[in-house]
Amino acid sequence: MTKITFVDFQGTSRTVEAEIGATVMETAVRNGVPGIEAECGGACACATCHVYVEEQWRSAVGEPAAMEEDMLDFASDVRPNSRLSCQIKVKPELDGLVVHTPERQG
Amino acid sequence: MTETIETDVVIIGAGPVGLFAVFELGLLDIKAHLIDILPKVGGQCAELYPEKPIYDIPGFPIVTGMGLVDNLMKQIEPFGATFHLSQMVTEVTPLGTPVAPRFRVVTDAGTTFECKSVVVAAGGGSFQPKKPPIAGIEEFEEKSVFYAVRKMEALRDRSILIVGGGDSALDWTLNLQPIARRVTLMHRRDEFRAAPHSVERMRKLVEKGEMDLRIGQVSGLRGADGRMEAALCKGNDGSVFEIACDAMLPFFGLTMKLGPVAEWGLNLHENLIPVDTEKFETSTPGIFAIGDINTYPGKLKLILSGFHEAALAAQKVHRYVYPEKKLLFQYTTSSTNLQKKLGVA
Repeated sequence: MTKITFVDFQGTSRTVEAEIGATVMETAVRNGVPGIEAECGGACACATCHVYVEEQWRSAVGEPAAMEEDMLDFASDVRPNSRLSCQIKVKPELDGLVVHTPERQG
Repeated sequence: MTETIETDVVIIGAGPVGLFAVFELGLLDIKAHLIDILPKVGGQCAELYPEKPIYDIPGFPIVTGMGLVDNLMKQIEPFGATFHLSQMVTEVTPLGTPVAPRFRVVTDAGTTFECKSVVVAAGGGSFQPKKPPIAGIEEFEEKSVFYAVRKMEALRDRSILIVGGGDSALDWTLNLQPIARRVTLMHRRDEFRAAPHSVERMRKLVEKGEMDLRIGQVSGLRGADGRMEAALCKGNDGSVFEIACDAMLPFFGLTMKLGPVAEWGLNLHENLIPVDTEKFETSTPGIFAIGDINTYPGKLKLILSGFHEAALAAQKVHRYVYPEKKLLFQYTTSSTNLQKKLGVA
């Protein structure tokens, strides 16, 4: 099974099992991980599933597409490793992925 | 004094479920006014996913959010509902009795209604401007920090910092630049979502030295008693700098907040309105809640559930609006009476 770890802004980490093909946002919501709101339900339309990808995972996860980059303008405290978790699909190479959730989602 | 609008029903929320309520009420000869905080109809369908396909609307294998809204607007056209957009309901006051309810509904624009029933179809609550998570920002709100521009004159001769890269940020940059002492636009990157011609105009002004563009994010505010003196900013290279300003306009899009629903005296359960599953009526007789805003055992937040709820709520609303009339159940396929109302007979 593929595992993803979510670390909240206070440093509490939660590791959950992720289904290949689901998004990182869906993985969080299905497992009741706090810190991801996903108001729009994964349409890349709200920027409330903002995460910071841990540095060593950035190349495996990749860079945001233009539409996601536009939507990140609505997120707060955007950093170079910011992504919207509804736009990251879980794949075998991402087993062990660590993402950090921000203090606030908008 | 604005005059009071007298109507059968006020529907709060013009999303898909609020719109379909117009249809179900209309078939029963009930007139409705709709109020929505957004400047357009369609609710989340229009604001969050206009282009996104929906696959679970009965009879539509696939339809986009906007497609569904357009079709609903066409479907309810015969009933001549009145829309009051860009307004937020601030007050719902019961005036009547539980048997003969009557309500006064007031919006933040001062529009006042008197009606026999209220249908709350407010979805996830109201779309409100997203606030940047800057410590202490509340202290400056409405004095130095504004999430919307209500009166441009209030910003004349001020040093304004506008934050964001979309159309709102760019439009207000261009509109305020001529009357402000100085306008600074700040965005987290040197690319803008806003319409290209606005971006071009902005860049021209920057070239001519008539305004400033800074790349970075606001991390703090300096000032006292709600009067801002400067914004503390972070550049993308980690540099820290200040921008002197006495007004800041952050444009970070919209987010859904429950909003004033909590102040209408209704029972709430985890920010949702409990209703019965026969009439979808709330704890206050005459106030109904349909769609995502309500809760009951087995509730599913689906548009199709909201449609069903609208149809059943309309039956009870009819009893309040026409207490003397007996309600006959009729089909649109066969009833010439209903077909007349739809303008097809």
